[in-house]
Amino acid sequence: MPDSFHLDAVPIRLERCGKTFAGSARALEPLDLTIRGGETIVFLGPSGCGKTTTLRIIAGLESPDPGGRVLFGEEDVTALPIERRNVGMVFQSYALFPNMTVAENVAYGLKVRKLPRPERARRVEEMLDLMHLGEFAGRRIDQLSGGQRQRVALARALVVRPRVLLLDEPLTALDAKLRDSLRLEIDRLLRGLGITAVYVTHDQGEAMALGDRIVVMAKGRVAQIGTPREIYYQPADGFVADFIGTMNRLGGTVRGGMLNIGTASLPWSGADGAVELLVRPEDLALASEDDGHLGGSVAAAVFLGDRTRLVVEPTDGPALTVDTLGRSELGRGDRVWLRVDPARVLAVP
Amino acid sequence: MQTLSNRRGLGFWLQLGFTLLVCALLTVPMVMSMLAGLTANYFVGLKSGLTLRWVEEVLRVYSGTILLSLQIAFACLACTLVLGVPTAYALARRPGRIARLVEELLMMPVAIPGLATALALIVTYGGVGDLRSSWLFILIGHVLFTLPFMVRAVLAVMGSIDLTTLEEGAASLGAGFLRRFATVVLPNCRSGILAGSLMVLTLSVGEFNLTWLLHTPLTKTLPVGLADSYASLRIEIGSAYTLVFFLMIVPSLILLQGLSKRGRPSV
Ligand SMILES: Nc1ncnc2c1ncn2[C@@H]1O[C@H](COP(=O)(O)OP(=O)(O)OP(=O)(O)O)[C@@H](O)[C@H]1O
Ligand SMILES: [Mg+2]
Repeated sequence: MPDSFHLDAVPIRLERCGKTFAGSARALEPLDLTIRGGETIVFLGPSGCGKTTTLRIIAGLESPDPGGRVLFGEEDVTALPIERRNVGMVFQSYALFPNMTVAENVAYGLKVRKLPRPERARRVEEMLDLMHLGEFAGRRIDQLSGGQRQRVALARALVVRPRVLLLDEPLTALDAKLRDSLRLEIDRLLRGLGITAVYVTHDQGEAMALGDRIVVMAKGRVAQIGTPREIYYQPADGFVADFIGTMNRLGGTVRGGMLNIGTASLPWSGADGAVELLVRPEDLALASEDDGHLGGSVAAAVFLGDRTRLVVEPTDGPALTVDTLGRSELGRGDRVWLRVDPARVLAVP
Repeated sequence: MQTLSNRRGLGFWLQLGFTLLVCALLTVPMVMSMLAGLTANYFVGLKSGLTLRWVEEVLRVYSGTILLSLQIAFACLACTLVLGVPTAYALARRPGRIARLVEELLMMPVAIPGLATALALIVTYGGVGDLRSSWLFILIGHVLFTLPFMVRAVLAVMGSIDLTTLEEGAASLGAGFLRRFATVVLPNCRSGILAGSLMVLTLSVGEFNLTWLLHTPLTKTLPVGLADSYASLRIEIGSAYTLVFFLMIVPSLILLQGLSKRGRPSV
């Protein structure tokens, strides 16, 4: 990637940014958040949780409720409309201009900035090449495929060298295969540019792959902020645990420093009493009857190629999902034993 | 293969026949009238021979009304563009009860008989300066009557594209309001603006109800002149007048139709 593409990394700070739309309930509880310069942060959460609203507050398309402030670096941009914030934005529907060609779309922001024509042409060409769009420069938007439109939208946002790149579910409109390849491309691009980026999605796979940190949101609130690993392995609460990946819930009791689940007694630190435990499917292992902690029968086996996902019904308690690597010949009705690694079990508070 | 083409053949002929019938219904009276304007003596019929005499006479006597009609039509177009496009934009960007109300109010001059509107105009503005005897008085009536058509046509296109998001896209690239309006809003509403312009021009040139009450002997438009000539002159002259009217309006119709086809946004 050419040096000229390296962009300034501006940190973003949101201070008590809430949003109440006229005539409806509060869409966003007051939120404090610092996004480091050059970091890619992902807002993740179910539909209607306030991801887009937060992004639009950062962009300047929505103003926070009184008292909220948005800072880019040291500059307070709360009162600036989007056209004066120098942000790049990629919309879910792309918002490309149908009355212009690909090259004209990409040149639009440079024209607005009154760049001299030769400089403009050079930067447009450079950007089109970077996004593998060179051969489409003269095409109209309606002559492009979904993936190509997506790349034009990115090119158009990046060519002006924005201080911040904002993306609202940029891959949702594409099919799964294209989504994967574009996700890799976006990842490579964001790392290469070193730009501060905010990415909104409701797809946890996308969030895991792209985010330096993930902000999990629920009902207008932040449920947890952390790296993908933290979110996955140390979910702050039951909501995050269930929303990210698949999580099993196991009932157990603690007595005198030992945790009793199924037939097993495992060393455990924590107060005595009943606990609810969370275990990822890959952290439950098949074992022989002698080593096993929990017995059950296979209710379903789904072959996924690289692994087989079993649904096991234990003698008591809710069904458990177990991932097994390698070749498994298990099928419905087979009896199995499961081992629990206490180091990989979480107790919900 | 054969049954398919047979079946299609029957439907095809039925459709063609019906279409031709409708076309004939619409065009035969027009053609008859135009032919009448070219015959030497209508009561004798076509065998009296064809002549351009009547057309020449119309052009000699009525060229003033033709020019005034065109002048009013283009002035009316300019006014409805300047007033109508921003109005449609405002209505499209702020959908709500008030916007709907404004839309209904705008339709009033269409729903109310032209004569009533004209009377209202005369009662209200008839005494203002020289307005009553000026062609501008007719222009006001025409703008009032055609504005809703412009607004509706533009609004229809604005409603079919995601204007808000397009504008947000332009704004995110640094474009202020005026630039967004000129480079994104207007070009993407082109087909609606052209369709509206087409309506306004043809409606204004052909408007009679309002104009008949608003006109003075010195501000006579083409349709008013047409009525006069039908009432007081030979039928051949009235028919020749119709012919002139058609020759005027049809090329502009075709031109605008072609333009609007080319400018149709493809999404
Ligand atoms: N302009 C608006 N007027 C009123 N309510 C709004 C407006 N925009 C959003 N909301 C409400 O605010 C809440 C949060 O909306 P937001 O668009 O931020 O959700 P989201 O997390 O982006 O959801 P999705 O994944 O469906 O895009 C929703 O309940 C929504 O109905
Ligand atoms: Mg959203």
